[in-house]
Amino acid sequence: MSSSIESLVGKEYQYGFTTDIEADTLPPGLNEDVVRAISRRKREPAFMLEWRLKAFRRWQTLTEPHWSNVTYPPLDYQAISYYSAPKTAKPLGSLDELDPKIRETYDKLGIPLHEQKLLAGVAVDAVFDSVSVGTTYKEELKKHGIVFCSFGEAVQEHPGLVEQYLGSVVPYSDNFFAALNAAVFSDGSFVYVPKGVRCPMELSTYFRINAEGTGQFERTLIVADEGAYVSYLEGCTAPKRSANQLHAAVVELVALDNATVKYSTVQNWYAGDEDGRGGIYNFVTKRGKALRNAKISWTQVETGSAITWKYPSVILQGDNSTGEFYSVAVVNNRQQADTGTKMIHIGRNTKSNIVSKGISAGHGQNSYRGQVKVVPKASGARNYTQCDSMLIGNRCGAHTFPYIEAQNNTAIIEHEASTSKIGEDQIFYLKQRGLSAEQAVSMIVSGFCREVFKELPMEFALEAQQLLGITLEGSVG
Amino acid sequence: MLTIDGLRATAGDREILRGITMSVAAGEVHAIMGPNGSGKSTLAQVLAGHPGYEVTGGTVEYDGRDLLAMEPEERAHAGIFLAFQYPVEIPGVSNAYFLRTAFNEIRKARGEEEIDPMDFLDVMAERLKLVDMDEAMLQRSVNSGFSGGEKKRNEILQMAVLEPRLAILDETDSGLDIDALRVVADGVNALRRPENATIVVTHYQRLLNYIVPDYVHVLANGRIVKSGGKELALDLEARGYDWLIDEPRTAGAGA
Repeated sequence: MSSSIESLVGKEYQYGFTTDIEADTLPPGLNEDVVRAISRRKREPAFMLEWRLKAFRRWQTLTEPHWSNVTYPPLDYQAISYYSAPKTAKPLGSLDELDPKIRETYDKLGIPLHEQKLLAGVAVDAVFDSVSVGTTYKEELKKHGIVFCSFGEAVQEHPGLVEQYLGSVVPYSDNFFAALNAAVFSDGSFVYVPKGVRCPMELSTYFRINAEGTGQFERTLIVADEGAYVSYLEGCTAPKRSANQLHAAVVELVALDNATVKYSTVQNWYAGDEDGRGGIYNFVTKRGKALRNAKISWTQVETGSAITWKYPSVILQGDNSTGEFYSVAVVNNRQQADTGTKMIHIGRNTKSNIVSKGISAGHGQNSYRGQVKVVPKASGARNYTQCDSMLIGNRCGAHTFPYIEAQNNTAIIEHEASTSKIGEDQIFYLKQRGLSAEQAVSMIVSGFCREVFKELPMEFALEAQQLLGITLEGSVG
Repeated sequence: MLTIDGLRATAGDREILRGITMSVAAGEVHAIMGPNGSGKSTLAQVLAGHPGYEVTGGTVEYDGRDLLAMEPEERAHAGIFLAFQYPVEIPGVSNAYFLRTAFNEIRKARGEEEIDPMDFLDVMAERLKLVDMDEAMLQRSVNSGFSGGEKKRNEILQMAVLEPRLAILDETDSGLDIDALRVVADGVNALRRPENATIVVTHYQRLLNYIVPDYVHVLANGRIVKSGGKELALDLEARGYDWLIDEPRTAGAGA
């Protein structure tokens, strides 16, 4: 392999612009007063404030985890501002009252919030820095009894549901970042699909970090009641900045008996420049709980962020429940990703399926970390894991850390792993047939990712494929 | 159409081509023969622009253009097609999608309009017959899990679809049984046109029974040691290569 296969130019990150808008931003620093201030700004009931304070006190006893295969300078949690909201945002107002500047921002991102130009068949909740600035198709969904709104709104209007399910899958004490999130999270999305209802459209949240020196701590809670079905998409971008920004989100999914939740992410936070300056630290806890005959399916395409640390997991609590994890993680330049899943088999005859595709280019480091656990009572558990890595050039790395714990001897667990390298020969073959080097790489890579892309909803599959092309642009010369 | 003059090329620090001179006119079929390690495949790869070789001397003119200054994809757009000795696997990419992309890239480069997937299927149906391939092949990943014979037929299918001006077949006969050999040869013959040319690189005379060349060149140690008509191939079959080679072969030179 000659050095000609590398040369990292990288196309400009096209979402790196900043919106100039007046914001209500808390000064940097974190203490109980800040937690109280956030809760007050959100006009939260007492149970929320108590929960936040418990989380904050717990967080103070925890230390930042460093077992993952990533390196970064120590974070100063007192230098971050924990709340920033556009001054003009009216969390409960109608979409028509949306600040034109914010509307423009979403237009530029390709997420139109105008009622007449809505994405066909996709309802969108737009989160700008710390708050949700608008949710589309709300009325339409209401007809089916579906609640889709910002978290803040859910706390006001459906406090019972929030109190019942908040922290039921990811407790505030779960880990350092989950505790931090529980203490200071400012908004996010909330979904409730009632018994037996099949949500008629894709629901989606679009997260945008705009303000400088802030962290984004959103929380998403999705509850599918018995026999319900919902498919949910999440997209994210942030401006280009030379300082790193922290994004510590929590997503909880609850699939009651016979319910299905499908959660797809296209993560394109700013990844930093070629030399690794700037970019988002994406430290996220995502987990779902599947009850009897329920199914939870995670699909993620991770192309952005300087560092990604996330393990969308499924607790297979009910008998015959199913968990799926389909992942494409791409690192280029100096990006680092440590991502994978946990499948915890508790019920009988539970099934899990893991397909992970890691692509490393430049100096990128990509780790798959996955746990498959079968508890003593979980008879008839079945897991299949496929973990493939692709290397572009010879300065990057791919690592695999599978943890398999089977405590029931009826379990069948399979793990297959492969590592391949985009070869000069593959690229030459495609060039000889008339394709450019970039087209060749994009074709080879999307072939490699096909099993995951086919799990994405149509609207996202194409976007994901294009994104992959952009992320890897210039990685082969 | 193609004029090669004094072409020299190295792979790493080994010199493999040591001054090749030959020319190919439209309508002609040239066979390049020679023992293993003589530089036959290197010549094919260098003409297609493989980055693993460095051209250290000589010129190649193709339709009045400096071929060596062109990127591999530009050569493809200009009608040069290499049927690979070892076709490369591209897992997860369907043969149909790959072929349509290649077909459209070449059309775009020629200022023609792209073809849509439905029309392309019609084009394919007809070309598949030429190489006796089943439509199911189109949905399989490019060369992935193909048998040796299927890979070679897939190369000829691509050639049939892309309709090159200058086709270079690199050891297309290696690993083929006699029936597959005939299918491949029939395909190549069906694609012969007065305005096109073909270079057939082969170790054995066998293929030349089916694809009859106008000229035969014998390569040894990176040089053409003898050129002649189709009867030269028969001579080689009977007498081997040794009588043509007066200097010792370079050990290990790439075939």
